[in-house]
Amino acid sequence: MAKLPKPEELMAGRPPFPAKGWMNTKPEFKAGNFCYPAKVEIMEGMHMPHPHEWRPDEEDWHLPENWEEIIYNGLKERLAKHRSLKVFLDSCVRCGACADKCHFFIGTNDPKNMPVLRAELLRSVYRKDFTLVGKLLGKVVGARKLDKNVIKEWFFYAYQCTECRRCSLFCPYGIDTAEITAIVRELLYELGLGINWVMEPVSNCNRTGNHIGLQPHALKDIIEFLCDDIETITGIRINPPLNEKGHEVLFITPSGDVFADPGIYTFMGYLMLFHEIGLDYTLSTYASEGGNFGSFVSFDMAKKLNAKMYAEAKRLGAKWILGGECGHMWRVVNQYMATYNGPAPDNMITPVSPITGTVFKHAAATKMIHIAEFTADLIKHGKLNLKPERNNHIITTYHDSCNPARAMGLLEEPRSILRAVCNNFVEMPPNTIREQTFCCGSGSGLNTEEIMELRLRGGMPRGNALRYVQQKNDVNWLTCICALDRAVLPTVANYWAPGVTVSGLHELVANALVMKGEIPRTMDLRQEDLPEPDVDESAASGEEDA
Amino acid sequence: MIVSFVAALLIGLAAWTGSQAGLQYLFGMALPLLAVVVFIGGMIWRVLYWAKSPVPFAIPTTGGQERSLDWIKPARLDTPMTKAGVVGRMLLEVLLFRSLFRNTTTRVDPQNMRITYFSSKWLWLFALLFHYCFLVTFIRHFRFFLEPVPVCLEWVEFFDGILQVGVPTLFLSNVLIVCALLFLFLRRIVNPKLRYISMANDYFPLFLIMGLVGTGICMRYFDKLDVAQAKVFIMGIVHFSPQSVEGLNPLFFTHLTFLSVLLIIFPFSKLVHMGGVFLSPTRNLPCNTRQVRHVNPWNKPTVFHTYAEYEDDFREPMAEAGLPLEISLEEAQAHDNEKSGKPVEPASAQ
Ligand code: SF4
Ligand code: SF4
Repeated sequence: MAKLPKPEELMAGRPPFPAKGWMNTKPEFKAGNFCYPAKVEIMEGMHMPHPHEWRPDEEDWHLPENWEEIIYNGLKERLAKHRSLKVFLDSCVRCGACADKCHFFIGTNDPKNMPVLRAELLRSVYRKDFTLVGKLLGKVVGARKLDKNVIKEWFFYAYQCTECRRCSLFCPYGIDTAEITAIVRELLYELGLGINWVMEPVSNCNRTGNHIGLQPHALKDIIEFLCDDIETITGIRINPPLNEKGHEVLFITPSGDVFADPGIYTFMGYLMLFHEIGLDYTLSTYASEGGNFGSFVSFDMAKKLNAKMYAEAKRLGAKWILGGECGHMWRVVNQYMATYNGPAPDNMITPVSPITGTVFKHAAATKMIHIAEFTADLIKHGKLNLKPERNNHIITTYHDSCNPARAMGLLEEPRSILRAVCNNFVEMPPNTIREQTFCCGSGSGLNTEEIMELRLRGGMPRGNALRYVQQKNDVNWLTCICALDRAVLPTVANYWAPGVTVSGLHELVANALVMKGEIPRTMDLRQEDLPEPDVDESAASGEEDA
Repeated sequence: MIVSFVAALLIGLAAWTGSQAGLQYLFGMALPLLAVVVFIGGMIWRVLYWAKSPVPFAIPTTGGQERSLDWIKPARLDTPMTKAGVVGRMLLEVLLFRSLFRNTTTRVDPQNMRITYFSSKWLWLFALLFHYCFLVTFIRHFRFFLEPVPVCLEWVEFFDGILQVGVPTLFLSNVLIVCALLFLFLRRIVNPKLRYISMANDYFPLFLIMGLVGTGICMRYFDKLDVAQAKVFIMGIVHFSPQSVEGLNPLFFTHLTFLSVLLIIFPFSKLVHMGGVFLSPTRNLPCNTRQVRHVNPWNKPTVFHTYAEYEDDFREPMAEAGLPLEISLEEAQAHDNEKSGKPVEPASAQ
């Protein structure tokens, strides 16, 4: 990996706009600014079209012979299938409202990272091939002929968009560049052009049930390790059911939570919570992935991977599904799952909290709710015994992940939980949170090492907002509800606001959660000493405050 | 930009000189009639073209809190869960440019390592002014088409001229639309980002509208038009009985020509955003996708790696790890052997 510039240098060194117009500039592929291509065997294994060897930084991408025809037909087909595509391609007035809303534009100052130009890369080809005016007048009206450089440009910029939809919030016509990016990526896959960081997890998920390719027994082992840790911390042994039939709830979370620090602490948090409230649930090794890297490939692939959730709920006879903390997983679950693979199996019912009796009517069709909704309800009804003081050494802020914010509207639920489990909660500046939240810079399958500098540039707005509250309010913690965030924000924080720890929400919940029969806690879930350990009540009886 | 300017200028000049060289009927009647036909036909075609493609997925952008738990206040208009909410959201979007109202400007200050976001409502303000002034002007022009002139038109004129300055009374909408046009034009030139993304097809409609507004204002305040005669002429077109064009100001024909060209390009240019905003699936759908299933007309049959296939792959380690199985190792083995006709043997690694 190339050496990273210092944060100040990176911020100051953003190049000015090129002198030439955007149709006359070409991206320069060099080590560090592109993702590695998908391996041929993986593409073959997933029956993707035209698997072949190629490298972005080589001149010849070995496109299939009839590549122009493939793109033409592919675009034609998608125009016929998606009204959104037609409307978005036709309606943009280039008002520029979206221009400086994109974290990649802010971080790179590359004009083609302005959402409007990112879309224009496809729009120009659409004009030429599918509109009369474009055919007649050509370049003057922004139409250009498809050539191999356009394909390269598509690849370059479709993988500098995290499909975060921040631009769509500000566009007066709701033009969603994420939709354009998704379709451009689909078109590239038709030519056999994909990235490995996305395709490998897809292939793993397809076969083993999760992105990292954990086989069932290995998954079980890891979960047991985590339960050992829980026992060390709380003195309570938990044996979470796996693949068991006849439980009320199927719990599905991104696999990142089971294997990667700090996601594992969040996972431990879930298990502790479920144990404490006596939830009748099971985990599944077959559907052990909440995330859906298929959604970064194509709509069809997203559907294929998502199908396991309902299939498993049906097989196990679960009544409803509880989903863990994840970002793009919830884009799929909230906006696509019912459409892709619904209606839900007959054995499922509208989710009801067995503890509070709350019926989650807003999930009547999908039968799946977010754990933040579930826990917020528990806390509101006073069903949890919490000691937020255990998190007193933490001054936290909260990062809304793009998808729960802009494709779901899950804003208050996690905040209400955070306020209940942590006494010090500070918001980042208003234009960087809630529906206006900034992406971590590594979403939509871009969380790969080889493009680290790009990721840090994309993470600049988020990192900067974090730095702001770190300096102003002594924030030392960043809570988030996304597995990708937990994987990538530590790096972003370390670079832009060193000293801030990243965690999931349920890690803090479990820290604060007083469990029946637990030993006095002396350490948090990371097995670090609590600054104010619990008082041993058997020794010095009863001075616990409410 | 230059191309657009020259094109708009040529169109204006052609109409102006042409109408002095006896082509008044061409620019004053034939072209406008053609333009109206193209506009109406074109817009119908455009909307049908859009409508022909289905909306496979419900992808509303949520602009606020969802409706989930009773005690959390949902954002009924920015994240509408009901039809009524969606209508409200669309009205806000179409009438008040809600999304544009959110606009901010980003400033990166590397010296202090700080990124700041300023609320920036200028674009919203001038865009709104422009569109409403255009609407008012459009409505005022009905006096040329209607006999008798309805009272409501007089009200519009009264309020538009409420400043009571000058003879003829200065219309507010005239002043404001000029300001708005200048703003919209200047920001394309002055703002480097806008300059970089603007193309001929962004400037051209702007110049046409400038020409349209410019000639209109000229005829009202400076090189005055014989309004009565113009009305007779226009009513003539409306009733398909051409009237005399003698003595009509050539600017009048130039004005009509700008309008005609605008109408003609309307359905085939970015001006279709007027229709697009209504059909945008990130705005016109309720955010209740977990409550009501959105149906995709081309939804393909689901093909996926089934649990049975998965268990076949991992039966042995699963059995070893004590995970429940649908088909036990022994059953699977017996089945395999049955197929290959071998006697039952103890399990062995593949
Ligand atoms: S905000 Fe919308 S209309 Fe304006 S330039 Fe961006 S995509 Fe185009
Ligand atoms: S979706 Fe996000 S990353 Fe993509 S163009 Fe829009 S703002 Fe940028």
